[in-house]
Amino acid sequence: MTTQQPIEKPSAILDSVVIRFCGDSGDGMQLTGGQFTDTSAIFGNDFATFPDFPAEIRAPKGTTFGVSGFQLQFSSEDIFTPGDRVNAMVAMNPAGLKVNIDDVEPGGIIIVNEDEFTKGNLSKCGYPAGYNPLEDEVINAKYNLVKVPMSRLTKESLAESGMGAKDINRCRNMFALGIVYWLYERPIDQTVHYLKNKFAVKKKLPQIAEINIQALKAGYYFGETAEVFPSRYRVPPAKQQPGIYRQISGNEATVLGLVTAAQKASKSIVYASYPITPASGVIHGLSNLKRFGIKTIQSEDEIAAICTAIGASFAGDIGVTGTSGPGLALKGEAMGLALMLELPLVIVDVQRAGPATGLPTKTEQADLLQAMYGRHCESPLIIVAPRSPSDCFNMAIEAVRLSVKYMCPVIYLSDGYIANGAEPWKVPDVNDIPEIKITHPTMDDIGENGFRPYERDPQTLARRWAIPGTPGLEHRVGSLEKEDETGNVSYDPDNHDKMVRMRAEKVARVAESIPLLEVDGESSGDVLVLGWGGTYGSINTAVHQLRAKGYKVSSAHLQYLNPFPSNTEEVLRSFKKIIVPEINLGQLSLLIRAKFLIETTGINIVKGQPFKVQTLVERITEVIES
Amino acid sequence: MSTIESKDTNLPIYTAKDFTTDQDVRWCPGCGDYAALAAVRKALPGVNTRKENFVFVSGIGCAARFPYYVDTYGMHSIHGRALAVATGVKCANPELEVCVVSGDGDLLSIGGNHTIHTMRRNVDITIMLLNNKIYGLTKGQYSPTSEQGKISPTSPAGSIDYPINPIALAVASGCTFIARSIDVDMKGMDEIYKRGIDHKGTAFIEVYQDCNIFNHKAWFYASQKDTMPETTIKVEHGKPLIFGAERNKGIRFNNGQPEVVILGENGITEADLIIHDETNMFLANMYSQMAHPEFPEPMGVLHADPSKPTYNDLLHQQINEAKSQSTKIDLQTLITGNESWEVHEKA
Repeated sequence: MTTQQPIEKPSAILDSVVIRFCGDSGDGMQLTGGQFTDTSAIFGNDFATFPDFPAEIRAPKGTTFGVSGFQLQFSSEDIFTPGDRVNAMVAMNPAGLKVNIDDVEPGGIIIVNEDEFTKGNLSKCGYPAGYNPLEDEVINAKYNLVKVPMSRLTKESLAESGMGAKDINRCRNMFALGIVYWLYERPIDQTVHYLKNKFAVKKKLPQIAEINIQALKAGYYFGETAEVFPSRYRVPPAKQQPGIYRQISGNEATVLGLVTAAQKASKSIVYASYPITPASGVIHGLSNLKRFGIKTIQSEDEIAAICTAIGASFAGDIGVTGTSGPGLALKGEAMGLALMLELPLVIVDVQRAGPATGLPTKTEQADLLQAMYGRHCESPLIIVAPRSPSDCFNMAIEAVRLSVKYMCPVIYLSDGYIANGAEPWKVPDVNDIPEIKITHPTMDDIGENGFRPYERDPQTLARRWAIPGTPGLEHRVGSLEKEDETGNVSYDPDNHDKMVRMRAEKVARVAESIPLLEVDGESSGDVLVLGWGGTYGSINTAVHQLRAKGYKVSSAHLQYLNPFPSNTEEVLRSFKKIIVPEINLGQLSLLIRAKFLIETTGINIVKGQPFKVQTLVERITEVIES
Repeated sequence: MSTIESKDTNLPIYTAKDFTTDQDVRWCPGCGDYAALAAVRKALPGVNTRKENFVFVSGIGCAARFPYYVDTYGMHSIHGRALAVATGVKCANPELEVCVVSGDGDLLSIGGNHTIHTMRRNVDITIMLLNNKIYGLTKGQYSPTSEQGKISPTSPAGSIDYPINPIALAVASGCTFIARSIDVDMKGMDEIYKRGIDHKGTAFIEVYQDCNIFNHKAWFYASQKDTMPETTIKVEHGKPLIFGAERNKGIRFNNGQPEVVILGENGITEADLIIHDETNMFLANMYSQMAHPEFPEPMGVLHADPSKPTYNDLLHQQINEAKSQSTKIDLQTLITGNESWEVHEKA
């Protein structure tokens, strides 16, 4: 299959393609998209993915709210987003078509399973009686609509397999994938290998593997022989730095970052968490890494999870808890406890759209102020935010490093978009990652006044981490205000004022241990686009497009939100206009204005979706030209 | 700390004083917590571990000040969460003896969920519930163990809440060590406490504790010298259930129900009585339902089943198995994954 078949029509060469697979949440669209991604990765393209699925596991079949989609952009150039406009779409049913058609570019390819466009299915997703979009002249004129009887062809190709109708029906997604592989000149070997391993080896279902592979090939041959496409397309491999690469999603990178940090600190991690979308992937991943000494605990609730992590840190492990916004709210009081105890703790918040239950599977950046201020009283914590799926690896290590160095909880703000989205990642050499140095005091460190648990390092203000089991250092810590140095309970007014300032100063001093804010483009000028967290890909792409059009615009992206890098104000004052795009109503803007008295112009879109590059380009242009 | 080493274990010989901090104890004079503290300080030297291996964790409330007064490692955490913190301590380092002391509000109301799930998982933690049937630190509101009709600042017309039954909750949660004591029984309490610490698994010890400010005499029916023999029954493993000032009363089954009988009346002998068996959860369930005034209330170790593996042991067992089964535990291999590809230098 990898050898090129003689084809009459020449392939069109494209820089990049955005493709979307959509269908019922039971149609296997995530798997199909994942396979196309794997194949493109190994082919050597740069890529970015965007799985977009409903909260319902199996919503009623054929309904619009049950539509699951998987979009990816693959390219011969460096790309940072899964793309705005869809060039080609596979719709397995009418609901998928209805929900997604507006995102397809005019002239784009739409491949539909026409067998599913029955009267019943059309009415289920709300098309008016007697209307079939496949017969709509406007749609046919606007798009390159390719109608394939996928259900029937899959059935026919597997007629002799002797398998039941249900199993055969489930192979339709592979038939569709086969068509798309043909269309984009992708080899099918990777998926064949995957299917064999998944069904024949792991699940001991060789027949299921076989029919899936047959359906995949049938789809491929259909593309070749049916002559329904005007041309094939080729996206050459990207020019990448030499090295070992892998595909990685944000949640996977968070897992690997935490494990790496633990190894570099020669520590064990206790990860206590209550399942919550979209953070559950982190506990799933860590639960498989027991061989690295990772202890995962599925707690009874969000509060138990953080308190168990705090207990683990008290006992000398690195306590980590993971959640999403609703869970972060529940953990508020305990975060204050960890702050008072001055113990290491990492709180992973994979943000989702809200408030309340909100849109659990959709992305948002609206927990920034909760992370900053969502606790009672004066309780500043360190906040970091990865900017892309692979950056989750680096920032998870940073979270652990800062937490143990400053004996202070760190909130790690990922989001649903980068958590589930994937990109290629040049795998680092672990030997290049610095050790995380931790020392615990022993009896030899007791001074003249006995052991004082709240004695501090004069530079970082971190107290010493004495762990139970150490002879002679028995001490009590607690949630009551304590006297500095001794840690004894203190109601002294001056002491409280001192301790409140001490805890704030400790967090402020973290700025001495983090990198400066870098500017992409001119280091001063008229316009700076300032972002934070998971919007990096969209903002970066938009700014580069604007510069290519001749606009003078720079960008900077914050991965450290509290404290800000020490040069933040200087960077901001070097530009006349600061534009802050955020998937919230202006939370970073609020912080920038409050802290620096610098005016910002927000671009705020809160739809549960990542920014579209085109939207950013238009909105930034408006601001520049206003 | 004494410097005399005991012969067999190399363990220093401790006394109650070794477990006493320099902090002034700030409970109200006459509070039942003093007795509990004394019993704990007395019990700890008998436990086969070093002082530095004890960790006391508490939540919030009068009882939760406990860790400040015991010279070991300790954490006074936040309201209701002591058991969740303690679970983390124990899972991080199972060598530690982890003890939780808190009150009825902390363990059964705001922290009720953690009480259920700690017991269910059988985390090796010793829980002492100081049950005074009232909120003391917040000045006398009714608690989840207060009797219905309790007059308090939040229930001036009498509380309409039905109380929770702590022992029944422990039984329902599958707790592997369930015991009960009373603050006036210092000797019984320290023996039970030591057994609780020695027990592998969650040990739950309810202590009837008098709050002499806001709920004085709540336990008088059980705590007074003249009433105690009639209103409580000390259960002992392998022995018949006998009670009464004259040791002439007992408990037998009658048609599946416990029944108070008088020995010697109607031909009833000791042989007719229920024999206490710590390992029998059905009996524990029965004890949980024996309440004053119909029955004497059972005291002592009501249930002890050391056969169930603990959560912390299972957790570490899985980790050790995973380590021993993996041929290669290599970070670089892990982060590279199984589906990597190489981009070569362009010629």
